[in-house]
Amino acid sequence: MRNVGIVFKKELMDTLKNKTVLIQFIMFPLMTLVMENAISIPDMPEYFFTKLFAVMYMGMAPLTSAASIIAEEKEKNTLRVLMMANVKPWEYLLGVGSYVWALCMAGAGLMSTGLPAENIPFFLGIMAVGFIISIAAGACVGVFSSNQMVATSLFMPVMLVFSFAPMLALFNDKIEKIARIFYTQQLRVLLNQMSFDGMKAETVLVIAVNALIAVCLFFVAFKRKGLE
Amino acid sequence: MIKASGITKSFAGKQVLSGIDLDIKAGRIFGLLGPSGAGKTTLIKIITGQMGFDDGEVRVFGKNVKELNGDDKKQIGIMMDNHGIYERFSCADNLKIFADIYGVDHSKIGETLAKVGLSESRRKPAMKLSKGMRARLQLARVLMISPKILFLDEPTSGLDPMTMKYIHKLITDQRDMGCTIFLTTHNMEEAASLCDEVALLNEGKIIERGAPEEICRRYNHQKTINLHLSSGEDIEVIHGMDSAKIISTLMEQGKVETIHSSEPTLETVFIELTGRKIESDEEAKYA
Repeated sequence: MRNVGIVFKKELMDTLKNKTVLIQFIMFPLMTLVMENAISIPDMPEYFFTKLFAVMYMGMAPLTSAASIIAEEKEKNTLRVLMMANVKPWEYLLGVGSYVWALCMAGAGLMSTGLPAENIPFFLGIMAVGFIISIAAGACVGVFSSNQMVATSLFMPVMLVFSFAPMLALFNDKIEKIARIFYTQQLRVLLNQMSFDGMKAETVLVIAVNALIAVCLFFVAFKRKGLE
Repeated sequence: MIKASGITKSFAGKQVLSGIDLDIKAGRIFGLLGPSGAGKTTLIKIITGQMGFDDGEVRVFGKNVKELNGDDKKQIGIMMDNHGIYERFSCADNLKIFADIYGVDHSKIGETLAKVGLSESRRKPAMKLSKGMRARLQLARVLMISPKILFLDEPTSGLDPMTMKYIHKLITDQRDMGCTIFLTTHNMEEAASLCDEVALLNEGKIIERGAPEEICRRYNHQKTINLHLSSGEDIEVIHGMDSAKIISTLMEQGKVETIHSSEPTLETVFIELTGRKIESDEEAKYA
């Protein structure tokens, strides 16, 4: 477990230096704060921008960050050096995963500042679940890619589907029906309600299946490619 | 210290290492020489446990390489030719990460940076270092842990002569402190001057081994003496019954300007054994 902490600390040290990853963590929280405070349209649902950007943040930031970090380490051979220093693959992945999760949660915390205090724990809980699934998907892409370019071409379509489908579902019923199979859409519905009241079995099932697929794909990628 | 017997490895049906036997004693510098693609890096990866193999056995510290525990691995320093440096981190931060992993006291960071001549660059991001400085930083990372065994894959490849000399000094200092060093190189001169023992690897097989001088002596079949005459002409006299007579006659006539004997080098031995020259990775790439 010591090595998990060392990897976490290393990533934390890199946060301010790695602009590509840093922008992922701060873009949506900042946009949320600006939009919520600057735009007010009559009949606009409450906390519209917070809820909208939260889902996009959940589908984008953890996925791209986890994939970029792992792919970069593979490309630059630093991952190999860590493995040679007896850092176990699970220690590395847990270190990176917990770092991405922690930073995303900090971002979510910032986004939640405009919400009523009683909704904040629910909001953060939902975001935490979404981040975990996205990190698993991102780690899967990172493990499968040999370099950052390959990672970008792989995570881009996945990220677009997960983060934009819930937004497009607001405007189109057909898209809404398709989007239901994604965890981001199910979590968006929960965020809209800000409660578990009337939660359908479908919601739990879709989230569980999505998580299971992400984890299974991660293990398949890890078995095939390892951390080489 | 390091023992390999009958190592065989294939990739996609192509055998890249075949029946490799090695026995490297403690406190010596062992050089594995061979052209690009001979299997040097594959062998180093196998011995360090980074890669599996099809047949044979590798023992390090008397233990099967697959059974080495965390403490054993902390006594092994590995420097591969692909840098693996955190570009955005400073030299000191690069070492700090590994000091934490290996449980090395942070006071050793400054000491090691001074040893490799990077004290003044300790706060410089690695991306701003020259190639030679990066090689020294990479070496610092492995020296910091005071390893008992040091694996160096092409440690001086593509470096300028000054940095090369500096790294050679660091390597011999480590040997003098009792560290066993296993290095790969395609540079025959480097091997001859640095290594206590070498093995020539070609197409996955060890074709010759021993102390560099001993190998050269073994292949000194045709001893020749080279004369440079005052007329500008170069002549080669084959050592034999008449050679002394020819040379003394020419000397008496005052025609000899320089005279020297010619012994085989590791390079000529390799050419004699394989019929080809050793190429570096860069040379092979552009060949």
